Amino acid sequence: MKSAVITFPGSNCDRDMHVALNRFGFKNKMVWHNDNELPKSDLVVLPGGFSYGDYLRCGSMASKSKIMQSVIKFAKSGGLVMGICNGFQILVESGLVPGVLLRNKYLEFICKNVFVKIDNKDNPYFKNLDKEVFEFHIAHNEGNYFCTNDQLKEIQDNNQVAIYYCNDNGKTEEKFNPNGSLKNIAGIFNKEKNVLGMMPHPERMIDESLSGEDGSIFFKNLINNIK
Amino acid sequence: MKVSAIITLKKDVLDPQGKVIHQTLDGMGFKDVNEVRQGKYFEIDVKENDPKKAQKIVEDMCDKLLANLVIENYKIIEIQ
Repeated sequence: MKSAVITFPGSNCDRDMHVALNRFGFKNKMVWHNDNELPKSDLVVLPGGFSYGDYLRCGSMASKSKIMQSVIKFAKSGGLVMGICNGFQILVESGLVPGVLLRNKYLEFICKNVFVKIDNKDNPYFKNLDKEVFEFHIAHNEGNYFCTNDQLKEIQDNNQVAIYYCNDNGKTEEKFNPNGSLKNIAGIFNKEKNVLGMMPHPERMIDESLSGEDGSIFFKNLINNIK
Repeated sequence: MKVSAIITLKKDVLDPQGKVIHQTLDGMGFKDVNEVRQGKYFEIDVKENDPKKAQKIVEDMCDKLLANLVIENYKIIEIQ
């Protein structure tokens, strides 16, 4: 299985993602933002970081970079595209998933482990997982998910919420919402479920001795689903 | 022509920065403030001498990059 991680100026989770993908069986290629063409890939990842210094709005400039034309084409043809953290911000700015990510409600940069609950397993990312609650890491200043009422209705009608912030028992109450996100939303799919954007970093949870194993479970399952 | 545009958050979008500025002003003794909303201001010098055309170019920029219309509005405030 082949994957591609896009490096934008200011990306800083691109190599972590490269390590994670290779560890679980992908043959990953790093792709520079100024390239025109994507290599042949089964999965394209937009990594976390601070692309273009977060100028204007997080992800706004990266969403207009050269490679994104190919990424958007790939996504529109059904290819799997996953955006993590700043990658999620790039996805919303490019219009591949609905909504926006605002400044965190309490104006803090949040860097901690959180629990998220998978809402919908009828998609290539979460299909066949045998648990619903995962512990992932978040590190962001703009992760406060927001969309219009009409968009929210559409998102809910189409089961596009991927994950919600919750506690270790999977309770999705407001008090477990770290950043003020609408309805505790931590990740969103496009309508077709081939594009996933989420704030938490599964690639930071792939080493038992350093973190947790929930990222390993996610990536192992993902590659099996794609095979 | 020099075109000036301001970008503001829509009314129902939370503006935590505006809120903090409001609180700080309040703490400094400015007690007459109802609300503070923070926005962005752009001055763009375009290679176009017709004001209408210049405005159209900057509006197009706002639609496509400078503003995110899910949460923001823009307004061209000056063309000179």
